[in-house]
Amino acid sequence: MTKQFLLDGQPVPFEDGQTVLEAARAAGHYIPSLCWHKDFPPHGSCKLCVVKAAGRHVSACATPAKEGWEVESNTPEINGERRGLLQMLLVEGNHFCPSCEKSGDCELQALGYEYEVLTPRFRHFFPDRPVDASHPDVLLDFNRCIFCELCVRASRDIDGKSVFALTGRGIDKHLVVNAESGRLADTDFAKTDRAANICPVGVILHKRVGFAVPIGERTFDLATISEKTLKEGSS
Amino acid sequence: MSFELETATNRESLRRVAIDPVSRVEGHGKVTLLLDEAGHVKEARLHIVEFRGFEKFIQGRPYWEVPVMVQRLCGICPVSHHLAAAKALDPVVGAVPITATAEKIRRLMHYGQILQSHALHFFHLSSPDLLFGFESPVQQRNIVGVAGAYPEVARQGVLLRKFGQEVIRITAGKRVHGTGAVPGGVNKSLTPAERDELLQDADQMIQWSRDAVHLARRLHETNGSLYDEFGLFRSHLFSLVRADGAMDLYDGHLRLRDARGQIVRDDLACDDYDSFIREEVKSWSYMKFPYITELGPARGWYKVGPLARVQNCDFIPSTLAEIERQAFIAHGDGEPIHAPLAYHWARMIEMLHAAEVIRSLLDDPDILSGNRMAEGPRGREGVGIIEAPRGTLIHHYRVGDDDLVSYCNLIVSTTHNNQAMNEAVRQVARRYLDGRQLTEGLLNHIEVAIRAFDPCLSCATHALGKMPLAVELLDAGGALLDHASTGG
Repeated sequence: MTKQFLLDGQPVPFEDGQTVLEAARAAGHYIPSLCWHKDFPPHGSCKLCVVKAAGRHVSACATPAKEGWEVESNTPEINGERRGLLQMLLVEGNHFCPSCEKSGDCELQALGYEYEVLTPRFRHFFPDRPVDASHPDVLLDFNRCIFCELCVRASRDIDGKSVFALTGRGIDKHLVVNAESGRLADTDFAKTDRAANICPVGVILHKRVGFAVPIGERTFDLATISEKTLKEGSS
Repeated sequence: MSFELETATNRESLRRVAIDPVSRVEGHGKVTLLLDEAGHVKEARLHIVEFRGFEKFIQGRPYWEVPVMVQRLCGICPVSHHLAAAKALDPVVGAVPITATAEKIRRLMHYGQILQSHALHFFHLSSPDLLFGFESPVQQRNIVGVAGAYPEVARQGVLLRKFGQEVIRITAGKRVHGTGAVPGGVNKSLTPAERDELLQDADQMIQWSRDAVHLARRLHETNGSLYDEFGLFRSHLFSLVRADGAMDLYDGHLRLRDARGQIVRDDLACDDYDSFIREEVKSWSYMKFPYITELGPARGWYKVGPLARVQNCDFIPSTLAEIERQAFIAHGDGEPIHAPLAYHWARMIEMLHAAEVIRSLLDDPDILSGNRMAEGPRGREGVGIIEAPRGTLIHHYRVGDDDLVSYCNLIVSTTHNNQAMNEAVRQVARRYLDGRQLTEGLLNHIEVAIRAFDPCLSCATHALGKMPLAVELLDAGGALLDHASTGG
C-alpha cells in the first residue's frame, strides 16, 4: 500500500526518499521555492518552502516525507511568513521590475504576484554593487542577487568551472566571480554554461537580447509560477 | 542674461505670491510673483522644482535597458521617450535603417501616443477653462464638471484617449510603459485580429478629432480678442519636418522659423544638434533654458510643440488635417500665430492628423510582417530626435565596447519651451494681475497660459486632477496676509 501524508488535509502519496516538496508537487500541490532545483541536492536557504509538519517548521525541500504526517502549507500563517520572506528579499537587492529585462521571466517577481506582495513593507537597502559587463556575451548585475547559489552549484557541479562563489557573512554576504581580477571576462565562463542559464532573477543576463520577447509572451505572462511549476512537474 | 520681469531689483521689499503647485499639468512646478506695495508685478517666474537625474543614473546601465528605463520619466508620454531612446540606439546595433515593418509599427505607436496625449490635454486638462471660462466657479472647472455640462464632449474625449491607449497597448504590450521598441527594431508585429480590433473604431476617431478641431477653432473665431491676444508674445518656431517639408512627428530634419515666419535655419541634421543648441542654466530653476547657439540666449530662444509644428511644416500629409491647417494659417492673415491659446487649436489639428495616420497605417500589410529587426556594424553613439506631443525631444547616448552607456544627454520638450512659458506668464501677469486684488480666478489666468503649452514639468508620473492649488500672500516682512486653496 502506498505511503501518504496529509497536506492541508489532502492525502499526498509518496515513495521512500521523496521530500515533502517533491511528493506535494507530484501530487499537484504547489509549495513555492527559489533555491530548490530538481537537478541539485536540496539547498534549504531561501526558506520559501517552509511548511509546518507535526507542529514544527521544516524546509519542505530538505525534509523526507513521513507516513501519517499532517503538514500545513497553504495556510494564512505560512503564506504570511512567505510574504514576509519575499518582502525582505525584495528590499535587500535593487529589484526595479519596471526597467529590469528579467521582468515577466523572474521567479522572485512571479512569487511576489503569487503571494500578493503589492507594496513595499521594509526599508530598501539600495545596494550599490558595480555591474560586471566585461564578458562579451554575459552581463552580471550583482544588485539583484538573492543568494540561492544556483549559479555557484551549476558552475561547480555541472560545468566544472567554479566561476561563482558567495563571500562575506550575514548582511555583507554577496556574490563574487572566482578570478583574481574579480571580472567575468577573466574566467572561462561561456554563455552556453549551465550557470549562465539558471539564475531565477536578473543577475546573470545574456547580453543584447533584453526585452526581445514582447509583453504577453514572457514566461509568467502565460502562466503563474504555481501553474507553471505544477505543469512542468507533471510532464 | 535676464529678461524683463525675470529678476526684480529690491526683491527683499516686495510681496511674494506663489502658485504652488501649478495644477492640471503633468509634474510639479510653481509660479512666483513679486509685487510692490501698489500691487504692480515686478517679477514673474515659472520654476521647475523637481530634480530627476536620469542622465546620470542611466550611465553604467546596458544600452538595451535604456528605452524601457527612460520612459519612466513620464506617465503621459512615455512612448516618446521610449521611441527617442530606441531611435538613438539603432545606430549602436548598426540598424541603419531599421526595417519598414519596424518603422511603421513604431510610427503607429507614436501616433497613438500623440492622439491619446493630445486628447488628454485638451479634454481632461484644458477644456474646463475653455468651456466654462477662466474665472468660472472652481468647483465646476474640472473634467467632472465638463462631463456634467457637456456629456458628449467629455465622452468623446475619454474614448479618443482610450483608442490612443489601445494603439499603444497593441504595439507596445501595455497601455503605459510597454516594451515594443528595442534597439534595432520592434519586438512584435500586429496580428490580423489586433489590426481589425483597431480598424473597428479608427474612422470614428477621425470624425471626433475633426469635431474637436472645430470646437477649438470656434473659440478663436467667436472670441478672437481673448484667444488671439491672451499671453501673446513672439518667438522663433522650432521642430522636425520631413525632407519634403511635410509634418512628420517621428523623423526628419530640424527647421527654425523666425517670429515673422521666415525659415532661418533648415535641413539641420539631428546628429549635429549639440552644435546648434546650447542650454543656459539659471539659479532659480532646475530646468535649463535652451537657445540656438548662433543667435545667443537673448534672441535664440524658441517655441516647440503643436503651435510651432503646424506652422513650421509646409503641409500636413493627410487630407483632413491639411484642410484644417490651411484654415489655421488663414486665421493668421499672413502672419504666424503666436497666441499661446492657439496651441489648443494646433494640438487638435495634430490629433486629427494622428487619427488619419493611424487609419492609413492599419491598411499597410507591412505591420503584419515578421521582418522586425535589423542589424549591422556596431556603433558607439546615437542621437534620436522625435516630435513628442509637447515638442521636440532629443536623446543622445554613447555606448562603450562593454555595452554600457557612458554618456547620456536628454533635452525634453518642455525644456525647449522654458523661456516661452516664462514669457507667457509675464505677459499674463502684466495684463491681468498688475495692480489688482488677486483672486483665485485671476491666478488661474497664469495657469491657463502655462497649460496651453501642455507642459510636462517633471516628465514624471503623477496623479492628475488631485493636485491642490495653494496660494499664500505674504507682506514684505513675510507675514501671511491672505490665503486661498482649491482641490486637494
